[in-house]
Amino acid sequence: MEIGLNHYLVLSTILFAIGLVGVMRRKNLLMLFFATEILLNAVNIAFAAISHYYGDLTGQMFAFFVIAIAASEVAVGLGLLIVWHKRHNNIDLDQMSTMRG
Amino acid sequence: MELLLYVALFSPLVGSLFASLFGASKKNIIAGIVPSLLLFTSLVASSILLAFVLSTGQHVKVEMMTWMATGDLYIPFGFLVDQVSVTMMMVVTIVSTIVHVYSIGYMDHDKSFNRFFAWLSAFVFSMMVLVMSDNFAGLFIGWEGVGLCSWALIGFWYHKESATWAANEAFIMNRIADLGMLIGIFLVYWNTGALQYAEAFAAMPGLEHATLVWMGIFLFIGAMGKSAQFPLHTWLADAMEGPTPVSALIHAATMVTAGVYLVVRANPLYDLIPSVGIFIASLGAFVALFAASMALVNRDMKRIIAYSTLSQLGYMFVAAGLGAYWVALFHLMAHAFFKALLFLGAGNVMHAMHDELDPFKMGGLKKVMKGTFIMMTLASVALAGIFPFAGFFSKDLILEVGFVEHHYIIYSVLLFTAGLTAFYSFRLVALIFHGEERYKIFGVHPHEAYKFMLIAMSPLLLLAVTAGALKMTYFEMVTAVLPATEYHVHSAATYWIMTIGTQLFVIAAIAFAYKKYANSSVKVPDGTSAIENRLCYKVLWNQYYIPYFYEEYFVKPYRELSSVFWRYVDMKVVDATVDGIANILYTTGEKTRVMQNGNLSTMLRWMVVGLVVLLSLAVVFGLAVRHSDEISLFLSGLGVK
Amino acid sequence: MFEAIAFYLFAFLTIAMFFIAVTTSQALYALTALAAGMIFISAFFFILDADFLGAIQIVVYSGAVMALYAFGMMFFDTTREVKEKRGNALIISGLSILSAVLVVLIVAAPMVATNITASYPVNPALGNTQDVGMILFTKYLVPFEVAAVMLLVAMIAGIVLAGKKMDLSLTLMTEAEIIDMKKDQNKKVLS
Repeated sequence: MEIGLNHYLVLSTILFAIGLVGVMRRKNLLMLFFATEILLNAVNIAFAAISHYYGDLTGQMFAFFVIAIAASEVAVGLGLLIVWHKRHNNIDLDQMSTMRG
Repeated sequence: MELLLYVALFSPLVGSLFASLFGASKKNIIAGIVPSLLLFTSLVASSILLAFVLSTGQHVKVEMMTWMATGDLYIPFGFLVDQVSVTMMMVVTIVSTIVHVYSIGYMDHDKSFNRFFAWLSAFVFSMMVLVMSDNFAGLFIGWEGVGLCSWALIGFWYHKESATWAANEAFIMNRIADLGMLIGIFLVYWNTGALQYAEAFAAMPGLEHATLVWMGIFLFIGAMGKSAQFPLHTWLADAMEGPTPVSALIHAATMVTAGVYLVVRANPLYDLIPSVGIFIASLGAFVALFAASMALVNRDMKRIIAYSTLSQLGYMFVAAGLGAYWVALFHLMAHAFFKALLFLGAGNVMHAMHDELDPFKMGGLKKVMKGTFIMMTLASVALAGIFPFAGFFSKDLILEVGFVEHHYIIYSVLLFTAGLTAFYSFRLVALIFHGEERYKIFGVHPHEAYKFMLIAMSPLLLLAVTAGALKMTYFEMVTAVLPATEYHVHSAATYWIMTIGTQLFVIAAIAFAYKKYANSSVKVPDGTSAIENRLCYKVLWNQYYIPYFYEEYFVKPYRELSSVFWRYVDMKVVDATVDGIANILYTTGEKTRVMQNGNLSTMLRWMVVGLVVLLSLAVVFGLAVRHSDEISLFLSGLGVK
Repeated sequence: MFEAIAFYLFAFLTIAMFFIAVTTSQALYALTALAAGMIFISAFFFILDADFLGAIQIVVYSGAVMALYAFGMMFFDTTREVKEKRGNALIISGLSILSAVLVVLIVAAPMVATNITASYPVNPALGNTQDVGMILFTKYLVPFEVAAVMLLVAMIAGIVLAGKKMDLSLTLMTEAEIIDMKKDQNKKVLS
């Protein structure tokens, strides 16, 4: 049984959906970050698969940059999270309602 | 000459704008003097233009600027001074200058002095536009402009219920007629492709007869409204609510004659459709008699004169309808002079009597108001058409026209009306100036008007007396553009019998009026005398019940209908729709407010929804682009281009 | 055959790990599951002949990112049960699946429909790492540098943000001290 591009794309879809579920149902900010990592990784799989099946390195390049972005995001995000936690002693999404109109 | 034309046209506008600068402030005599001076300038310019036209026989034609140019439609602000319009310009500027000067005295104690002059000058400007324009569009602008100014001036004392009512009545009646006029203008444009008089009239002989008839009828409907012809006549009598100088200028000398001017202007059209001309003449004769009869019993000085104006307008339409355009124009001019004089005299009397209008409550005023007495008597003589006053020449000419054209019914109606005219004019004079001094029981102390007012009126007196002598000069001048038909009764004997007969008839009517009303037995009527209870008196007194009829059969049903529409259509449909839209917005706002509750996880969720929507759109449009050929094929199959 | 077995195995494992990561109420479980999932994903990269990417994945995610999260979690009270919203599960999962399908559709549709030609084809003569290096440092040099700067900026930002008042720790302070500090802060804000 040959594993084709479609298999990888389906897998990517499933992981992306799991990530979105996480984004939407998580209330803890840290967990929200986990979910975004899942989203990024789901896309990375798709990139790598496409790169492989078309013999083109562009997909891998993209995946590479996505990883770089993910790393930066974690660094900045965690920094902000810590500041927030110091100030409010929680990282609950529902408590962050200062943007309420 | 072009400069003079602009001076004549725009000085009233400048005067109006100047006076309106003071519109909200207290009475300022400057606001009266400057417009008067500017009008005098306009008069001088018009006179020079008259001299030019008279001496050279040329026309002055300018095209100030392009007003509209879209596609085939080209309407410039063009102005034309020819023999016809220069006559009108002279009439307008003379009468309005005099009325302006007179008003300085008349409106002396009015707190809206400045506003009055602003509107009055604006009226003169509109009237000048009306008469000087060389196309129907410009004529229409002036036409509406005078309507507007007339509305503002009739309702000048807007705190009076009756004045505002009369102003609105005049305006609405004129709107009805203007619709007809507009349709007429559209017909002209549609069929001839031009609005300039020269081009439009040049194209008319080639048109179908029926089209021309409709054009003539619709244009005449406009003229009927402005000139208060039956059945749109009721506004003129009610318009007497305005200040008396307004009545003199607008509702006697100038605006109401605009209808006659229109017919005269459109003479090439009406020449082609004699049947409509006959209709116009018949209606004119009818109105002449009809209005004169109402004037017989009326007990309101100004209304009597207003009915007289109506009656004289009827005369003019007879002349115009029968193709004697120059006669109509001549009578228009003569009438403007003596009728304005009559009105101004009446204004003096009103002033003296503290706004009392019932001549039965006056009497014997000739002792205190000598100047006014002389002027009004002479004006009445001119109106009655006694030799050698202006009325004799102009009015008798119309009678002759009727006779020569073999319209004997019209002729006899007009002859009879001439008698009535003499009677009611002198009834008025007799009641005001002769007989017992009945005003004493009302405790009024009359006084003569300011001297300068009387002096201001004197040119009118002069013209009312002598205008008749200009008949032949006028004929030669104006027939350069109008059909030159001289009306002579063929046999000299008939002519003399007619003339002398008419004169005798008129003099008899005057004598009768004097006998009846100049004696000391005239009492203030109290509704008990035998004559007042007669049917015909009542019919006349109630103006043939026409206002009542209008009220009952037009105004009331309309009000009912409006009320129904208000209650069911406006409230239930229009308002409900508007409210519904507002409510939808409110509810949507209330419902979607939860989206903006500041909760980040809710926002995240909405973000995902937005993402889904955008992605779906991307897919749909991507597919649409890919399959654009198939889609357009499908749509063309459905009939969509 | 071997490839298929590997794919299905790792697919199952990855999905399971990530599912645990988003559903568990224990932060530590979530962290561990996520780290495991990341490593399993690197397996796909190896299957797909992207050796370099696989290595990066393990180094960056399982090494750096997870370590960062682990350190971050030290600041927070991880023993506390994570309370989750009781949102409408149907809507959430529906939206997620729909958007995921759409994303994949958009990405995949042009490639399925048309025969694209590779702009930077794989060179079989070289190994994957060398190949990637060639492309990255020739064609993608500028993005690479930009990414480097971005990482630097992120690092500085992380240090600045997290490093403020490192000496203060709410967990070590008594309630009274915390209240005092908050009052001070309020004073600063108010004055």
